[in-house]
Amino acid sequence: METVEQLRDRLLARFPAAKIELVTNPSAAAEHSLLIDAAHGRDIALFLRDDPTLRLDYCSNVTGIDWPDKEITDITKTTVADPAGASGATKVVEQKTTRIQPGYLEAVYHLYSMALKHGPVILRLRTANRSDAVTLPSFTPVWRSCDFQEREIYDLYGIIFECHPDLRRLLMWYEFKDHPMRKDYVEPDDYEWEPTAHGAILEKAKANRLTSAPIAGDAATPGPGSAPPATKSSNTEAKP
Amino acid sequence: MSTPPLSSLNPQLSTGSVPFPFAAALPGPSVRAVHDQFHGDLLEVSMGPQHPSTHGVFRMVATLDGEQIVKLKPVFGYLHRNHEKIAENTTYLGSMPYTDRLDYLCSMSTNWAYALTVEKLAGITVPDRAQYLRIIMAELTRLVNHACLVGFLFNDLGTSFTPLLYAFREREKIIDLFEALSGSRMMCNYQRFGGCRVDPTPEWLETARVLVENFPRFLDEYERMLTGNEIMLARTQGIGRVTPAQAVNAGLTGPVLRACGVDYDLRKVDGYGYYPRFEFRVPLGDHGDTYDRYMMRILEMRESVKILTQAFRDLPAGPIMDPKAKLRGFRPKAGEAYGRLEGPKGELGFFLISDGSPNPYRYRVRPPSLINLTLLEDMCLGHTIADSVVILGSIDIVLGEVDR
Amino acid sequence: MEMSDATPTPAAYTPFPAAGNIPDADREDLRRHGVLMTSMEELYNWGRSNSIWPLQFGLACCAIEMIAAATARFDIARFGAEIFRPSPRQADLMIVSGTVTKKMAPLVVRLWNQMPEPKYCIAMGACAISGGPFKQGYNVLKGIDRFIPVDIYIPGCPPRPEALLNGLVQLQKKIKGEKLSGPDAARFTRADVPSEFPIPEYGAHDLEPTKNPAVWTPPAPPSA
Ligand code: SF4
Repeated sequence: METVEQLRDRLLARFPAAKIELVTNPSAAAEHSLLIDAAHGRDIALFLRDDPTLRLDYCSNVTGIDWPDKEITDITKTTVADPAGASGATKVVEQKTTRIQPGYLEAVYHLYSMALKHGPVILRLRTANRSDAVTLPSFTPVWRSCDFQEREIYDLYGIIFECHPDLRRLLMWYEFKDHPMRKDYVEPDDYEWEPTAHGAILEKAKANRLTSAPIAGDAATPGPGSAPPATKSSNTEAKP
Repeated sequence: MSTPPLSSLNPQLSTGSVPFPFAAALPGPSVRAVHDQFHGDLLEVSMGPQHPSTHGVFRMVATLDGEQIVKLKPVFGYLHRNHEKIAENTTYLGSMPYTDRLDYLCSMSTNWAYALTVEKLAGITVPDRAQYLRIIMAELTRLVNHACLVGFLFNDLGTSFTPLLYAFREREKIIDLFEALSGSRMMCNYQRFGGCRVDPTPEWLETARVLVENFPRFLDEYERMLTGNEIMLARTQGIGRVTPAQAVNAGLTGPVLRACGVDYDLRKVDGYGYYPRFEFRVPLGDHGDTYDRYMMRILEMRESVKILTQAFRDLPAGPIMDPKAKLRGFRPKAGEAYGRLEGPKGELGFFLISDGSPNPYRYRVRPPSLINLTLLEDMCLGHTIADSVVILGSIDIVLGEVDR
Repeated sequence: MEMSDATPTPAAYTPFPAAGNIPDADREDLRRHGVLMTSMEELYNWGRSNSIWPLQFGLACCAIEMIAAATARFDIARFGAEIFRPSPRQADLMIVSGTVTKKMAPLVVRLWNQMPEPKYCIAMGACAISGGPFKQGYNVLKGIDRFIPVDIYIPGCPPRPEALLNGLVQLQKKIKGEKLSGPDAARFTRADVPSEFPIPEYGAHDLEPTKNPAVWTPPAPPSA
């Protein structure tokens, strides 16, 4: 199979208007991927599927990734002469500037060819941001195997796949409002105190105990489950 | 973006029940067309999540015309245990026990898939003996899984438990071996990045070898009882057919794919581990129906026995861990890797993204059980509701992996 | 022969002691001589404790071990509990075998409500008890006892089939000791103790409510 660079050049020749970038993978796996733009996503996908030398007829895996806004601190160091220095020493002055690199959601497709038994070709698509412009073209019309996986990403990350034939939540219930796999998701706090070695959980439980005064009040008037029999009967009598 | 007619993009998308805005664009009967032909009412049946034949907490909502299925929608998530989110907050090694609980019938191969991916991510090599041990464990797991699956499938056919008892008899023998080796019957937690956790004793290997030697006897017994059974033939042949083009497009993998005649076995294609050193054949089906899917399992078990016999014969001595592999304080370089192997249910993949910290930035499981269900509706359309449980049984799902 | 002498003076009537009042040793003695003496309560509890019909209801990994307990090697039939019923209306025992997710919890409670009294609940495995290894999950219920009362907890991940059998034997012991009347009568005989519990609803972020305070209150944290 041709290398990713060759493939990128061929795609660029075929779709001159498309933006296609090579994303290198520095790990030992060294499987590089192609970042394609959403507008040409489906055309490129169709081309990859039907091109006779590639025939990527099998989309194995679709992954959603959340890249939140990142605060990047640039430190510029300048060396100035230290006025208080005794022997003309210099002082390093650090200047910090922070900028926010906007976050985005990403969908990664791993394509293989069952006919020619090669692969993977990895495609990445990125949304414009994480809040309102979260649409990407759905590849379900091209590979049906994306069906449930794109639904799952919609559910857990909130990417909206345009032209998906049945875009509903897959794993959480339909009334659910959040996208729990996002990095900034705060899960409902329902930890009780427990003896555990996990520091994070203990912290959570402690915080929970501090903020949830009403629960302590609940515990003061226990329900029939935990109360001694006398209290229980009086409790139930009070209820008509 | 304009909406192209979907059928022009993918002829495999023409399922009977694509919802309204797209239905008009599709060839073949759509649900609305079916509605118009009806004089009576359609009946919607919700099967599961508590149902004896849905293999766990799986739910399907079937729309019936009389007894025939005209629409079937699976509903997932009743066992969504947030494996991926938990793994993002745990170290790489800390996720290993969780992979046991993904596909709880085949913890050994799931372990391997994860170890394989981390090794790919960090460039760890695995010594010879460990490679052989991994193959032994994976193939024993395949025996357990397929034997149990056939038992469950016959349960769905209405044999009330008997074949399952035979299957569990063999399973107990194998998981006794796993327990002797790893300390746990089901949740073995055996593979490590760069090798395996425990070296089996010579007695263990001998017991396992004898078990494998006798396994074909069990298969013969099993087949004598099941394969030619008249009810079984009547209820599985020609039921739930899938064409090869459909199967490839829907990403089916494993025995379900090969039952359609598509030759795609990762043990041959990727040649991961030491599989290229082994001689075995990949059984292929013809019709892609439930019966072929059943036969695939039986034939694959026979091939697994061959692989195991060779593995016991050739098992080299030596270390079982790469001395350079680090278990504690393991931090792979930033980057990503997708590793996959041929699990008993299909292509089991892991996709890991590392940002250089001790926890993976993104940890994704490619669950074969979930993706093999893509075609469940197409397989069931036109068949009776009683067939749908048999078709589901022949796909072989484990809910821990479907919902994760 | 004097007739008058032959007429025995009737002994004062002493009511036969209730079976429950005969010391166990005496009863055991009688049983050895072929006299079976029992009480309604004992007979009733003996019968139902030895024919528990569990609900055929597997949630996750632990369910596989539950099936294993039903197969030939462990053979739950030895304890009279092999008839797994698919319908809650016919079941006495709910074995919650596996992780209860928040999406599943309302259905588990509904199944429990559909079971007729007397009914018992076994929480099998770490997940059913407290969420187990998946406790940190956003969709995992941290213990089924937040919504329904649990009789027996079987720890383990998964518990071995022997552990399940042990749990079953413990449950049988509990059933055998239950009183049918009196102040400490069993739960199911009392009208004032609910046998059905409110079913939580799917909310926008979590279940609503997240627990049933009538069944479960958070354990008190250590005072330190
Ligand atoms: S306790 Fe362990 S074995 Fe049982 S359901 Fe939970 S994770 Fe699975």
